[in-house]
Amino acid sequence: MNNKNEKLRILGQRTIVLILLNLLAFVVIIARLYYLQVFEADKYKVMSDENRISTRFLVPPRGTIYDRNGEVIAKNEQDFQAVLIAEQTPNISETLAHFKQLISLTEDEEKKINAEILRHRRFIPIKLKSRLSWDDVSKLMLHAPDLPGVEIEEGLNRTYPFADLYAHVLGYVGPVSDKDRKDSPLYMVPGFKIGKSGLEKSLDYKLQGQGGTVKLEVNAYGRVMKEIERQSGSIGSSVQITIDSRLQKAAYDAFGNNSGAAVVLDVHSGEILALISAPSYDPNLFTNGISYKHWNALLNNERTPLINKAVSGQYSPGSTFKIVVALAALEAKAINADTRYYCSGGMDIGATRFHCWKHVGHGALNVIEALKYSCDIFFYETAIRIGIDKIHDMALQLGLGQPLNIGLDNQKNGLIPSEQWKKNTKDAVWTKGDSANSGIGQGYVLITPLHLATMLARVVNGGYAVMPTLIKQKQSLKPFKKLNISKHSIDIVKQGMYEVVNAIDGTAHKAKFNLDGMRMGGKTGTTQVRRISMKERKAGIISDSKLPWRLRNHALFIGFAPADNPRYAVAVVVEHGSSGSGVAAPIAGKILQEALKLNIQ
Amino acid sequence: MSELNFSSTNNSLYGKFFRLSFTYIILIVLLALIGTMTLYSAANGSWEPWAGKHLLRFGISLLLMFGLALIDVRHYYKFAYVFYFISLLLLIVVEVSGHIGMGAQRWINFGFFKLQPSELMKIGLVLFIARYFSAMTMQGIHAIRGIIIPTVFALLPVVLIILEPDLGTAMMLLFTAALMFFAVGVQWWKFALVGILGLAALPVAWNFLHEYQQNRVLTFLDPERDPLGTGYHIIQSKIAFGSGGLFGKGFLHGTQTHLNFLPEKHTDFIFTMFSEEFGMVGGLILLFVNLLILALGYLFAFRCRNYFARLVIIGLNTNYFLYIFINISMVMGLLPVVGVPLPLISYGGTVMFSIMASFGIILCMSINPNTPNSFDDD
Repeated sequence: MNNKNEKLRILGQRTIVLILLNLLAFVVIIARLYYLQVFEADKYKVMSDENRISTRFLVPPRGTIYDRNGEVIAKNEQDFQAVLIAEQTPNISETLAHFKQLISLTEDEEKKINAEILRHRRFIPIKLKSRLSWDDVSKLMLHAPDLPGVEIEEGLNRTYPFADLYAHVLGYVGPVSDKDRKDSPLYMVPGFKIGKSGLEKSLDYKLQGQGGTVKLEVNAYGRVMKEIERQSGSIGSSVQITIDSRLQKAAYDAFGNNSGAAVVLDVHSGEILALISAPSYDPNLFTNGISYKHWNALLNNERTPLINKAVSGQYSPGSTFKIVVALAALEAKAINADTRYYCSGGMDIGATRFHCWKHVGHGALNVIEALKYSCDIFFYETAIRIGIDKIHDMALQLGLGQPLNIGLDNQKNGLIPSEQWKKNTKDAVWTKGDSANSGIGQGYVLITPLHLATMLARVVNGGYAVMPTLIKQKQSLKPFKKLNISKHSIDIVKQGMYEVVNAIDGTAHKAKFNLDGMRMGGKTGTTQVRRISMKERKAGIISDSKLPWRLRNHALFIGFAPADNPRYAVAVVVEHGSSGSGVAAPIAGKILQEALKLNIQ
Repeated sequence: MSELNFSSTNNSLYGKFFRLSFTYIILIVLLALIGTMTLYSAANGSWEPWAGKHLLRFGISLLLMFGLALIDVRHYYKFAYVFYFISLLLLIVVEVSGHIGMGAQRWINFGFFKLQPSELMKIGLVLFIARYFSAMTMQGIHAIRGIIIPTVFALLPVVLIILEPDLGTAMMLLFTAALMFFAVGVQWWKFALVGILGLAALPVAWNFLHEYQQNRVLTFLDPERDPLGTGYHIIQSKIAFGSGGLFGKGFLHGTQTHLNFLPEKHTDFIFTMFSEEFGMVGGLILLFVNLLILALGYLFAFRCRNYFARLVIIGLNTNYFLYIFINISMVMGLLPVVGVPLPLISYGGTVMFSIMASFGIILCMSINPNTPNSFDDD
């Protein structure tokens, strides 16, 4: 009995120890509970929110672009696409079969859809078909009961209603590529498009707008449960450009099948009224990623549709440069209106014989006649007399050889040589021959069509340093600086240009017009693409039009109208067009007539 | 058997029923209702698929509890060994041809219900040890010879259950047995010796663990080791606790659980779910209810003058304590995740039945406090 009581006593004692052990365990648990739920609560609250809240970005609609008359030239079009949410249909293949009866799917599309269905979670929408027409959408809506899980999603697609007309001005948008990726979280949004070239690129930030965010509650599998908070951003700003679509179209059409560029400026404001590069391409092709086939066709076209020749094409100005040389000489008082040189058809400069384009010669002529006939000898003489640096200074005053940033890609500055330039780059002394070549716009001199138009505008507006611009400004511009060129000199040059077109024996006589008394002035230019060898010269010159296209001369024309009170200036370059007077001048004439008819203010 | 006539007590069923501790029963019902409520929330506010069944099972097992509480206390003594050996036999059957569920063989499928012999064994082993030591003298308990037999019969089911493999249940069984050995007075130094030997054998034991068990232990030591794999559970569980804070996110508003970041929210991780929605305050209330149940259990034990009855209560109480401690510690990252549910709260049939059975046995022992010191007296 004693033993039994002893056993019970020990059991009791040890049970007390067990109870203490239990209490200790509860203290540990409660301490841990305190540590997790009070001490570290904030840390875990953040982690819990990170778990459940998914922030998505709302892509703002891109800003619309208008032409100078308020016509839409770049917009966002509603794009309807049909998607399938697998978990919402009892039978995927049945739904797909129904869908196919309404909207045809190619074999490839079907394969892709089936692969996508397998790859994604069942609540993720799978794209069935994009760019649905209204007809398709209404058909799908009508048959909605047969199409469980099929939904119509609306998206925005950038479209260019004028297609190829504005390709080189507006450029295009495309998906963000790795090298574009910047800090903005918008760039991470799948399907987000950014400007890839043209104004779409240079005005990208303005057009993009501010992205919004929406905070969504998601479960462990990423499915959205509800919306917690929304911050709508702001839509992209719209932009108005200075181009008139009607004139743009007239200019583009005037080129026909020719390759080249044209720029039309308002000579007082510098606003670009038309800027085309031919041939062009359809920027709509790029919005959703251009196909390999289209891209290759554009890339391998020898007429380089992808290059904006108006700002990136650098050409010898040829005889159009004689305007600059004439002004430089007149301003330097090296010649006056009566100074005459005798053209015999050729002259020796150093050891080299320089020819006039008219081999029999023009006889004695003054500067106005020299412009009218585009005599080379006169300008060889003049250029040698004043030297390249005076020409260089005048050219720069007129905007040549310097940046004219209008917000397009790959804008070139052209090149206006000087003695120093040749020394620095070629380590050679400037020669009289160099001066002579430069005097007729050959040799080292290079310009772009935009530069030529600017130069002409500065001359015919009476010597004001207008800057070309593509963006329509709300407030009026502050007046342009008056250049240091006398009215007298400008009038002489303008008279020369007037006669080029309007004199019966002017080089561009065939392009003349008279629109209610409004006439055109201008200057032709034809530049060699290749050197003519002595051998060829002896053998008799082959007609340019018989040469392969690539080897033919470039044809240039700069023109302005009305001749007595200039408002518009145009520069036209027709690549391998053979003749400035025969090809470029008529195009310029058509464009200026259209501008006058439209009476663009 | 003349001593078994108790003049002061009414031993009719009616009399026994009114001697049951209604405080104890109310606490048990309260826990089951908390469990039902939590399971209702776990199903996003639905009785399906867990809460309704849970309540139904509780109702059935409440009847089982009363049944076990009201049968003659002597039967437990009489059938202690038989019950143990039946449980052992069933464990062997499971080992030989068990049903494969959740990657571990734990059930015998009787068609209408699945029996988990390891749950039976939790009671069987307690009865076995209690009966064994109640017949032993203090000298016997202190002798090495005296504890060899119960050690062997404790280790036998432990090994079988490890082989299933069910590490959690095996550990619980082992610790229940060890704590009972401790309660009866086995000397401290023997535990120290076994502890040292155990530590020495740890590297060997490590190699016997399944890879997933090894992973669980490694993950416990460093949950960031594999945050998307085995560490995922415990990281998400801690986030749920922490983000619940002092007062919780509110009933039905636990984001970690309702958005499925927390796995196994209705079984092993139910305390996490409860704590996310009701915070530390809720957790303390739940712990307090459990503490009261345990305290009442020890009170019953002290009131028992019968050695066998007292030891059975201590064994079953200890078993219940281990459930709570291991489950809550593991979901809070204090122990490796070993798959031990929280009784009456977690969803799951066999655990509910076995724990209610042990409450029934505890109640049965508690209403016969004046049973003589030993059933072997005559």
